[in-house]
Amino acid sequence: MKLTLNVWRQKNGGAPGAFKTYEAPHVSPDMSFLEMLDVVNEDLILRGEDPIAFDHDCREGICGMCSLMINGAAHGPVRGVTACQLHMRSFSDGDTITIEPWRAAPFPIIKDLATDRSAFDRIIQSGGFISASTGSAPDANAVQVPKNFADLAMDAAACIGCGACVAACPNASAMLFAGAKIAHLGFLPQGQAERSQRAINMVSQMDAEGFGSCTNIGECSAVCPKEISLDVIARMNRDLIGASLKGVEPTGVVAVPAK
Amino acid sequence: MSETKSEKGAPARSDVRQVEFVSGLDAHAPTGPIEQRWDKHRFEMKLVNPANRRRYNIIVVGSGLAGGAAAASLGEMGYNVKCFFYQDSPRRAHSIAAQGGINAAKNYRNDGDSVFRLFYDTVKGGDFRARESNVYRLAQVSVNIIDQCVAQGVPFAREYGGYLDNRSFGGAQVSRTFYARGQTGQQLLLGAYSALSRQIAAGTVKAFSRSEMLDLVVVDGRARGIITRNMVTGKIERHVADAVVLATGGYGNVFYLSTNAKGCNTTATWRAHRKGAFFANPCYTQIHPTCIPVSGDHQSKLTLMSESLRNDGRIWVPKKAGDTRSPKDIPEKEREYYLEERYPSFGNLVPRDVASRNAKQVCDAGRGVGPGGLGVYLDFSEAISRLGKKVIAERYGNLFDMYKQITGENPYEVPMRIYPAIHYTMGGLWVDYNLQSTIPGLFVGGEANFSDHGANRLGASALMQGLADGYFVLPYTLGNYLAQVKPDGMGTDRPEFAMAEAEVNSRIRKLLSINGSRTVDSFHRELGKLLWDECGMGRNDAGLRRALARIPALREEFWQNVKVLGDNEEMNQSLEKAGRVADFFEMAELLCVDALHRTESCGGHFREESQTEEGEAKRDDANFSYVAAWAYSGDLSKPQLNKEPLEFEYVHPSQRSYK
Amino acid sequence: MTGVLTLYRSSIGKKVIMAVTGVVLVGFLIVHMYGNTKMFYGPQVFNDYAAGLRDLGHPIFGHEHLLWVMRVLLLASVVGHIWSATVLTMQSQKSAYARGVTKVKRYEKKQRRTGYAAYTMRFGGVVIFLFIIFHLLNFTFGVAGYSAGEYIGEQGGVYNAYNNVVRGFSHPLVSGFYILAMLALGLHLFHGVWSAFQTLGLNNEKYTGTWRAVAMLVTAIIILPNIFFPIAVMSGIVHL
Repeated sequence: MKLTLNVWRQKNGGAPGAFKTYEAPHVSPDMSFLEMLDVVNEDLILRGEDPIAFDHDCREGICGMCSLMINGAAHGPVRGVTACQLHMRSFSDGDTITIEPWRAAPFPIIKDLATDRSAFDRIIQSGGFISASTGSAPDANAVQVPKNFADLAMDAAACIGCGACVAACPNASAMLFAGAKIAHLGFLPQGQAERSQRAINMVSQMDAEGFGSCTNIGECSAVCPKEISLDVIARMNRDLIGASLKGVEPTGVVAVPAK
Repeated sequence: MSETKSEKGAPARSDVRQVEFVSGLDAHAPTGPIEQRWDKHRFEMKLVNPANRRRYNIIVVGSGLAGGAAAASLGEMGYNVKCFFYQDSPRRAHSIAAQGGINAAKNYRNDGDSVFRLFYDTVKGGDFRARESNVYRLAQVSVNIIDQCVAQGVPFAREYGGYLDNRSFGGAQVSRTFYARGQTGQQLLLGAYSALSRQIAAGTVKAFSRSEMLDLVVVDGRARGIITRNMVTGKIERHVADAVVLATGGYGNVFYLSTNAKGCNTTATWRAHRKGAFFANPCYTQIHPTCIPVSGDHQSKLTLMSESLRNDGRIWVPKKAGDTRSPKDIPEKEREYYLEERYPSFGNLVPRDVASRNAKQVCDAGRGVGPGGLGVYLDFSEAISRLGKKVIAERYGNLFDMYKQITGENPYEVPMRIYPAIHYTMGGLWVDYNLQSTIPGLFVGGEANFSDHGANRLGASALMQGLADGYFVLPYTLGNYLAQVKPDGMGTDRPEFAMAEAEVNSRIRKLLSINGSRTVDSFHRELGKLLWDECGMGRNDAGLRRALARIPALREEFWQNVKVLGDNEEMNQSLEKAGRVADFFEMAELLCVDALHRTESCGGHFREESQTEEGEAKRDDANFSYVAAWAYSGDLSKPQLNKEPLEFEYVHPSQRSYK
Repeated sequence: MTGVLTLYRSSIGKKVIMAVTGVVLVGFLIVHMYGNTKMFYGPQVFNDYAAGLRDLGHPIFGHEHLLWVMRVLLLASVVGHIWSATVLTMQSQKSAYARGVTKVKRYEKKQRRTGYAAYTMRFGGVVIFLFIIFHLLNFTFGVAGYSAGEYIGEQGGVYNAYNNVVRGFSHPLVSGFYILAMLALGLHLFHGVWSAFQTLGLNNEKYTGTWRAVAMLVTAIIILPNIFFPIAVMSGIVHL
């Protein structure tokens, strides 16, 4: 296959960026999307041009590092997969493919296609955990968890923290991400003690990071490589409203570094 | 075992080049009844008063199961922890990719499991090349791990009654594996990550993302700090601490193609090795039998599919060599279900090394399937007709989807094609019972150390070991070490820091200045191919010697002809890779030296010269019942061999048999 | 009270305001629609209904008292709805465009995978707001949309609402705009009603389908009759 790539190039966060066009003349349909970029980069290096920087690691769809907008869609045209699992057989010979980084104010660009998603880490730090210090746990079978709750918790816990939800959202909202963690822990008996505080803290952190608000469009769920349901956002809303009316105040907002 | 300093068994064959035998090693393992050793040892440890802990600084490199769990636990205890990782978030460490499950001797199935049986299985599965005391401790704390993870909110699979579900996994005859769909590693890591996040918010742990450790700093014989590169700004930083923990994973990417993440590397462990830490058993590499075969030269990594697939899938190849018919057209009687036939009691569930080697044998005999003949079928048609497509989809749906996405073939209709791939490295930095390396104050956890798996790791044991080290071993043994050293307020102005930083800088400058004609990846690919061919699933004297002749030459060419563009003071992914590949080039040689010196076959190390008449791995206990711990001599081609003799008081070495 | 403040400060709190005010407005729309069906009973019933609105709640409430309460509530809801929409939209635009740094505001259009309705909320909201203004100027104050002398105001406690509706809808432009506005309102409601369930946290894995159906039903109940009113006038079913 022969492809034309339209790639966003930006030297660093402070520099202006622009699209640049590259030819990829020898693409095999068996390549993954990232392997296609590898090949393009090898050519660029040999020609003495700066290779395209992009985040990637496990290349099996679970680490959440890869983060490409491909033709305007987060992780590309195939549903339920990350860019690293996208294979070139999903494209046709002669296609022009536009590749961009996640673009949202809370995810500043580091270089080319790589962005800084530490805002997600801070949302988790603000309350996305169960405070169970090492050694304090009772026997694993001491508390039963109904199977359907365990399954729902697992559905939500499947989030890989890639940020596609934010990238796809016209509002750059992080509600699917925060909602997934709140739902995961909220479905489990172990997560009940901190449930209200968790919702208040994580939503406060999300707002402090500058993510937009949800207009219930559902693009997030549509692009989510783990196909996490919008229901988690409803759950987060419910937890937040309940917690607010109980008078719970945010306690754990983590300082947001200057961008 | 702890007292012996003299070597047991004969030294390696005298004609093996480069081996210089130095001395025995003391594992500092406690003595007495094995079930009491860890308790006794913990009681004898020195403690750090809770009020004093914040005066101690600890560096943890790596944020996976071992590193993340250790950093979180140490933070909870009140130590000052700095945690470094090369990814943008601690949640992305490669532990996240483990699929199948985690073992624990809970005996919730009432099927005869016990701490002793898990210990026994692990020692036997490791082909009698692991240290008994360590393995027993691992089996003991396995039960605490499950408790801890459930408390953190890990959504393990449950039965309808609400209790935890288990499955049998990879060569075990009891159901002791806990799992969270096909994403157990992810869920366990997210548990550790959440604990770590809590400590970061509390200020006990400071996280350094996109930071790569490039050297270890040793002051007055103790590990006292590291040199890191900020991968965004290129800034080279010095960090000082009272102790350093490496939990940086394995070196499987030395083979270029492996199931490891692209970023996994040996730089941290290798740099520590060059600073004095012994590297143990590097030739023990594990090949995973169920990976998706290579599709072309562009291949950048291999994708593993959970071994749990072997619970219901049947492995076969055509009986006739060169049979290119579609699998559906090959009648039952012309298929060979070779694992079921050769190993009637374990069948398709034989341990990984056995399954992998058999796949290689049938493919070498020309009976492999798929492009290039490097593949065997993993067939679910029988299971689908017995259990129904729905049940199979429930059990393996995500794996089937992944397979289809990668290969374009639907495994519900055509058999999967699988082939072995490098997956895990049992070798690593040598550590004693306290997980301390030969450099005082340098502790090593998880896959980065060599400790618990011997020559072969059983399925669902890596997660167990990583978390055991991180949650339940390092927090104790580090305390014991720290209690014996006083916080001295040392700064980073010591000459040792300046020297290490200067070395790091000069390497970076050198890499950027070569401006040759080959890319880093092309060198890495060539090195990987060489190792896979000569030091992969089967190894022999001639091949290893060829590799040992070629590696230094290739390394030399790398340093003359690699092309790395850009500057240090920016995000420079070529530069990152170049540094890692440079270390792989050095490490690869040690890997082959170790493989050459160990003329026996054991576990993942299969020497073709040492096999039974049936083609099984044949150990040589008389000569090789020891851990080979290599010291850096200053000359990469002349590492020095140190031996830790292995003694088996509880599980007596026997020929492994899965017939 | 601190709880309400906490809620108000968060982005979700502002969405809750959207949802609650939206529910009030939907309630109003249903009553408004139902009241208007009285036009099919002829001028007497319809004009009595218009007059009767002033005496709602009688005898507890005096003349027009409850009506004013409702007007204030409605006005507050409209203001709250628009205000929170504006604040949230401004935040979203700030979040979604990494301007400043890149100096490039619009980039490759994001692909849409979900329904059309969700994307029309802001634009549709503006259209509906403009319509409300026209609607008030038209039927309530009689200052727009009529030829001279067509509109008859209150005459000593008698309301000529029937005359005003029929004469108003007799203008094709008025009816056309009205129908278009109702279609915009339909899209707005179809997404908005479901959205309110979602925002108020009433949605879950079991009820998503149910709430979608409820949203469609509510939309149909409000919009279909409302569209039928001008058609009935234009086609002569309802006439002077």
